[in-house]
Amino acid sequence: MNTTAVLVFDILLVLSLLSLAVATLATRDAHRSVILFMAFGLVLALAWGRLMAPDVALAEAAIGAGLSGALLLAAVREQPRQTLTADTNAVHSGNDAGLKVILQSVATLLCVGLAATLSWALAHALQSAPSNALAQAVQENLATSGVSNPVTAVLLNFRAYDTLLELAVLLTAILGIFALGPARPGYRSAGPVFDSLAHWLVPVLILTAGYLLWVGAQAPGGAFQAGAILAAAGVVLQLSGQRTLGLPQERTLHIVIAAGVGMFLLVGLSLLFLGRPFLGYPPAWASALILLIETAAMLAIAATLALAFLGGRPQSPRLNATGEKPAALSTGTLRAAMHPVRSGTDADTNSGYRNSSNEQKQ
Amino acid sequence: MMTAQWLYGITGCLIVALGLRTALLHTLLLQRVIGINIMGAGVFLVLIAVAYRGPGEAPDPVPQALVLTGIVVAVSATALALALARRLAAEPDNG
Repeated sequence: MNTTAVLVFDILLVLSLLSLAVATLATRDAHRSVILFMAFGLVLALAWGRLMAPDVALAEAAIGAGLSGALLLAAVREQPRQTLTADTNAVHSGNDAGLKVILQSVATLLCVGLAATLSWALAHALQSAPSNALAQAVQENLATSGVSNPVTAVLLNFRAYDTLLELAVLLTAILGIFALGPARPGYRSAGPVFDSLAHWLVPVLILTAGYLLWVGAQAPGGAFQAGAILAAAGVVLQLSGQRTLGLPQERTLHIVIAAGVGMFLLVGLSLLFLGRPFLGYPPAWASALILLIETAAMLAIAATLALAFLGGRPQSPRLNATGEKPAALSTGTLRAAMHPVRSGTDADTNSGYRNSSNEQKQ
Repeated sequence: MMTAQWLYGITGCLIVALGLRTALLHTLLLQRVIGINIMGAGVFLVLIAVAYRGPGEAPDPVPQALVLTGIVVAVSATALALALARRLAAEPDNG
C-alpha cells in the first residue's frame, strides 16, 4: 500500500472532521447545526472504517448520525421560530458584558487545558509499549466464546456485565422520557410517494436488521446495529403517519422494552442456578445463548429508540387496534381521520394555502 | 511509529475541547446537546485511535466494544436530554 497516499487521505479526513465539528458548533441556526452534525457523524463512520473498526462504523452511521440526527431534527422542528436563530453572544444585558467576556475566556482556557491534558495522556499511552494483554486474552479465549467476531465476543460474553448495564441505561432513559409527558402528536399521513417508499423501505430494513443480527457472530454487525436499523423502520412508519410505529401496544410493549434486560437476567440467573457463574456461559451453549440474548436486546433497543423518537409516553390509540401492520399504510383517509394533524406539520401546504388566499384578496 | 494513531488521537482531543466549550457557553439547550454529542465523538476517536494497531494487524477489540456501548448510551442520553428540554419549553414560565 502506498503510505503517502494513505497519509494524504488521513490528513484530509482529519481536517474534514475538525472543520465539520467547528461548523456544527459555530453555526447559529439550529437546523443547519443538526444537518452538519449528521454529516460529521457520517465522516466519523468513514474514520472508524479507516481505523479498522467496522462494527463501530456501522453503529455510528445507524445510531450516531442517523437516529441522533432524527431525534435532533424532531426537536428543532418543535422550537419556536425566534429561538432558531438565537444569537450566541446576546445572553445578558449590557451590564453583564464584561462578566460574560471573563466567563467565556475562562471556559475557553479550561477547554484548551483539557485538550492539552488529554493530548499529554494520549502521548503517554502511545509512547509506552502498547499493552496487548487484553487483546491477547480475547484472542486466546475466542474459541470458547461461541462467536468468532472478537467485538461481539467482548460485548456479549467476556464483558456481558457492561452490556447488561448498558441495556439498563437504555431502559432508564426511556422510562424517564415516559415520565416527562405524553408523546408528540402524530404526523399527518404522507402522500402516495412516501407511502410507497415506506412500503418498500420497511421490509428491507427489517430484513437488513435480521441479517446484521445473524452475521454479528462472525462478521461486523450485532444487536446494536440491528436494533438501530429496526428503529429506523419505526421512524419511517412514524413519518408516514403510522401512530403505532409497527409496535405492539400497552402491556406487550412494556414487555418488549424490558426484554433486553429481562433476557440477560433470565439467562444469568438460570446459569447461577445451574451452578455456573452469573453470565458464565458453558462453551457448548454459548453460541445459542448469545443469539437468544441478542435477539431480545435487538427488539428492546429497536422499541426503545423508536419510542424515544416520539419524545414521550405513547398515547393508546383506542380506535386503532389493528394498525400495527405496514399493510395499514394504504388506509390513508381512515388514519388521517383518527390521528389529529399537528399544527404546522406541513409548512409547504400551509404556505400554499396562504398564497392562494392572498391571491384571492388581490 | 504510527502516524495514524497520533493524527486521529490528537484530533479526538481537539474535538473534545471544542464540544465542551459549546456545552458550557451556548445559550440554546439544543446546541448544548449537540456539543455534548461532539465531545463524546472526540472521546470515541481517542479510544479507537488507541485500539488501532496498524495496517494488517488486528485491532484491540476491547476499546472498540467500549465505544459501541458508548454510542448507544450517548443516543439514549441525547433522547432523555431532548425530552427534558421539550418539557422545559412546555412549562408556562419558559414558554
